[in-house]
Amino acid sequence: MNAEWPLWEVFIRSQHGLAHKHVGSLHAPDAEMAIKNARDVYTRRNEGISIWVARSADIHASAPGDRAALFDPANDKVYRHPTFFPMPEEVKHI
Amino acid sequence: MYAQLVETGLKQVQEVADMTPEERAFQARIDADIKIEPKDWMPEAYRRTLIRQIQQHAHSEVVGMLPEGNWITRAPSLQRKAILMAKVQDEAGHGLYLYCAAETLGVSRDQMIADLHAGKVKYSSIFNYPTLTWADIGAIGWLVDGAAIMNQIPLCRCSFGPYARAMIRVCKEESFHQRQGFDIMLTLCRGTQSQKAMAQDALDRWWWPSLMMFGPSDAASVHSAQSARWKIKLLSNDELRQRFVDQTVPQADYLGLRIPDDKLAFDEITGHYAFGEIDWQEFHDVIKGHGPCNRDRMRTRVGAWEEGAWVRDAASAHAERRAARAARHAA
Repeated sequence: MNAEWPLWEVFIRSQHGLAHKHVGSLHAPDAEMAIKNARDVYTRRNEGISIWVARSADIHASAPGDRAALFDPANDKVYRHPTFFPMPEEVKHI
Repeated sequence: MYAQLVETGLKQVQEVADMTPEERAFQARIDADIKIEPKDWMPEAYRRTLIRQIQQHAHSEVVGMLPEGNWITRAPSLQRKAILMAKVQDEAGHGLYLYCAAETLGVSRDQMIADLHAGKVKYSSIFNYPTLTWADIGAIGWLVDGAAIMNQIPLCRCSFGPYARAMIRVCKEESFHQRQGFDIMLTLCRGTQSQKAMAQDALDRWWWPSLMMFGPSDAASVHSAQSARWKIKLLSNDELRQRFVDQTVPQADYLGLRIPDDKLAFDEITGHYAFGEIDWQEFHDVIKGHGPCNRDRMRTRVGAWEEGAWVRDAASAHAERRAARAARHAA
């Protein structure tokens, strides 16, 4: 047999209520083993309290070439940031 | 350095005038310190060089477990044993982070392992030396991991995102390795005369191979110059080696140990330690497979892989059967 185990992406949620964050990947025959391996490889020093694993093959990513089309429009909409609106100094709590 | 003598496949450093528009845009991103990610366009030579470098680095972590594993069953106390097991487990993790970084470049894990076992890809020369006494475990942590940190900290800033991120994780853990090694040396040096003599003997044997870890001078190397241009090599071998010597000599002084080099002397003018000639013949012999333990290391690695085959196959079979059963229940 000797087929390579599939690749899994590993996401860990730290203790402080943050979202799961991608930390790396590993090979495992199934999800259960992927979680066990992720626990051994990525949480040896209290890095987290929750693990997600997803088959790498199931992840769809934006293409590097689409970067401008996807993300540049955000640059000309500065009014989305609160600092766009100058507030008089006398006005408080806003 | 865990990746010694990494070839780029190029005969000269590529100049801007010789670059295609794509290559020029790529170099401009690197010059602007923008990380290169796996799906970004990259020159084939950059990809191949990185695969070689990261792979050598990963293999070094994995083979590096062997000299230390030799002492797990004979550690002098339960605590030392637990610490050593944790360190060896870290090394396995470091190998894994690095294999995964290399895999993002389009090489499979099995291919990398096959290349190691076929002798096509090297690992660091340092792991072909034997661990004869417990003090060697101290010397490895202190010197070998110390040298590795020296090399790996700059790599946290390297141009390839997955490699840089793996290095950040590795460096966070590596400091524990170096300190546990120094702690072993310190304990031996504060112990009986024969314990201190054991520490000195370990330093005598590991000092020069540790300096060789950084590789021969690469001031005139085309490969290193190109790798520097690509920012996958941040400092020259000689610079890293000098930093290591400057950092380590005072630590040896603190331990009351003597560095086995008659030419070692502090140069007031440069502010650095001058040191003696390295036996590069020995280095090249070890790289070519004629070190004290090369054959033993490879035999152990290949054996572990082959003897583990049934476990990998069984896990795959189990996963397949469970998936099939789940599919039947769903139908």
